[in-house]
Amino acid sequence: MRKYLISVAAAVSVAVVTSSTVMAAGDVVKPPKQEWSFSGLFGTFDRGSLQRGFQVYDEVCSACHSVRLLAYRNLMDIGFTEEQVKKIAAAKEVTDGPNDEGEMFQRPARLSDRFVKPFPNKQAARAGNNGAFPPDLTLMTKARVGGAHYLHALLTGYKEAPKGKKLAEGMSYNLYFAGNQIAMPPPLSEGGVEYADKTKATVDQMSRDVTTFLAWAAEPELEWRKRLGVKVILFLLILTGMLYGVKRKVWADLH
Amino acid sequence: MSDSKFKNPIVAWIDYRLPVFSFMEHELHEYPTPKNLNYWWNFGSLAGIILVIMIVTGIVLAMHYTAHTAFAFDSVERIMRDVNYGWLIRYIHMNGASAFFIVVYIHIFRGMYFGSYKSPREILWILGVVILLTMMATAFLGYVLPWGQMSFWGATVITNLFSAIPIVGDSIVTLLWGGFSVDNPTLNRFFSLHYLMPFVLVGIVVLHIVALHQHGSNNPIGIDTKSPQDTIPFHPYYTVKDMFGLGVFLILFFGFVFFAPNFFGEPDNYIEANPLVTPPHIVPEWYFLPFYAILRSFTADAVIYLPISWLMSAKLAGVLAMFASIMVLFILPWLDHSPVRSARFRPLYKQFFWLLIIDCIILGICGAKPAGAPWTYIAQAATAYYFLHFIVIIPLLGFFEKTKPLPTSISEPVLKGGGGSSSAANAKPMEEA
Repeated sequence: MRKYLISVAAAVSVAVVTSSTVMAAGDVVKPPKQEWSFSGLFGTFDRGSLQRGFQVYDEVCSACHSVRLLAYRNLMDIGFTEEQVKKIAAAKEVTDGPNDEGEMFQRPARLSDRFVKPFPNKQAARAGNNGAFPPDLTLMTKARVGGAHYLHALLTGYKEAPKGKKLAEGMSYNLYFAGNQIAMPPPLSEGGVEYADKTKATVDQMSRDVTTFLAWAAEPELEWRKRLGVKVILFLLILTGMLYGVKRKVWADLH
Repeated sequence: MSDSKFKNPIVAWIDYRLPVFSFMEHELHEYPTPKNLNYWWNFGSLAGIILVIMIVTGIVLAMHYTAHTAFAFDSVERIMRDVNYGWLIRYIHMNGASAFFIVVYIHIFRGMYFGSYKSPREILWILGVVILLTMMATAFLGYVLPWGQMSFWGATVITNLFSAIPIVGDSIVTLLWGGFSVDNPTLNRFFSLHYLMPFVLVGIVVLHIVALHQHGSNNPIGIDTKSPQDTIPFHPYYTVKDMFGLGVFLILFFGFVFFAPNFFGEPDNYIEANPLVTPPHIVPEWYFLPFYAILRSFTADAVIYLPISWLMSAKLAGVLAMFASIMVLFILPWLDHSPVRSARFRPLYKQFFWLLIIDCIILGICGAKPAGAPWTYIAQAATAYYFLHFIVIIPLLGFFEKTKPLPTSISEPVLKGGGGSSSAANAKPMEEA
């Protein structure tokens, strides 16, 4: 009886975990799972993909979306040299000041500056985007159910609206967005960027690259975390094995 | 001083003036513990260790955290990105909360299964329930601090519950908020209280241990220890067993911390709090889900609400039921008047125990679902059963259950399985094999 009840309890708890992910997807299509360079116990970010992804963000997404928690210096963590990053930063203008005359002034961005935002404030962002606010992307892969899978599905999920589905003015149909109506027009188009490493810039490729970049932006500690994790778990396995041995030895005289 | 039991002169000198070593000797080494405790008895010390981990990581986090609505979210992200090992400290603290509840829930259900709440351990049990309540308050306060969407809306929903109290309800809510909505004063006082509560918790835990050491641990058989044969010193036997259990726990715990740190979290909490945007689906952390289900099952048309509908609003009934679901644990030692402690000798109780576990899991599932059919009805049935278990089934079992005969001593069944009766008397340490 007890064994039976335990297995029922186990089955029920498995059902909770699985059903809660299904439920979160709601009436929209569940994003298909993708292979990512950074998934799994030993996954690391593909450096080429990260740098291409930054290029996609810089040339496409950054027109509307900020990544306000990133600083230009962080780009040195994804394989750019200091000189390269300085050049990237110098191309952006930041407002600094006030200077000795009490005036705010523009200057080129430095390594220590946070990524420059496309709009000075929320109202300006809304005004420039048909009333919709383009959310900050730094934590996007952590802030959505499905994470990177969802982001890639969304970027590649633009379809013709099915017959009978009425879209509001300026909205696009997306298979994976809640409610299927999204204010963002399809952001990626075939050959939209020209990759320095000659990778063919298909929509799928650009989406994968920018998703990888944003996954890194959300979890810059991921590689360090997993590397340290493997060491800690190995240490604990050995320690616990030894503790079990000690426990057996101490208890041996009782049995 | 020469007759001190400590050989080390410094230890003896200190102990003569401040008997800390005598205390440790008495409470750890000499402290007699039943020799038949199984691994379910590991979870008490484990909970204590997690409390220490939570306090240590929490103190470090507080050094970098800013309790202001404009900076809280970003200060947490700064900890994740720019503070040395900040991500590790925060992920330990975050997952530590979940681990704390898993361990404490197992600890509580172990107490229920083996009847650890029965005489003479009623106050020990009651202190445990107080610990649970304090923990829940601390966890709720802490979840608000990162100031994400779920922090904000969770705080809004839960503090609003108090408005169901007649006459003074609204004033209490205003007092909790420090204003007229969840805002900066709320965040500030929640941070202050979140820092305070763990130390209150430590105080209650000390009392819990004092009460425990008065009569010693219960055991899987649930009969009192009768002779020195039945017991072994806590140290080294249970210290080493607890250490081994801690090792197993840490492997699992750090598995989550390093490889799935956001497994227990809600993605919505990585969106900064926005009072103008309500998330489509507000859910508390997993450890509150069964209570959330009980709260929400009192709808205006609920069958369980009908008998009291003339007396109070459905909302108040839900709030009271949610608190009652824990309050009922306070009187469990008196609801259960069966003279037999351990479920091993209570065939019916054992089955109802597992039904209660399943009922709690069902409540947890219902708490995670959006309100509406069929989940609301399932939650209502599960809520009814939860109270039925404690208020009706448990007292009735005391009258009608036919219990199995108890062994005469702890040593008897322990030795039945192993060697013959000749080794039975030999409980004292022998030469190592």
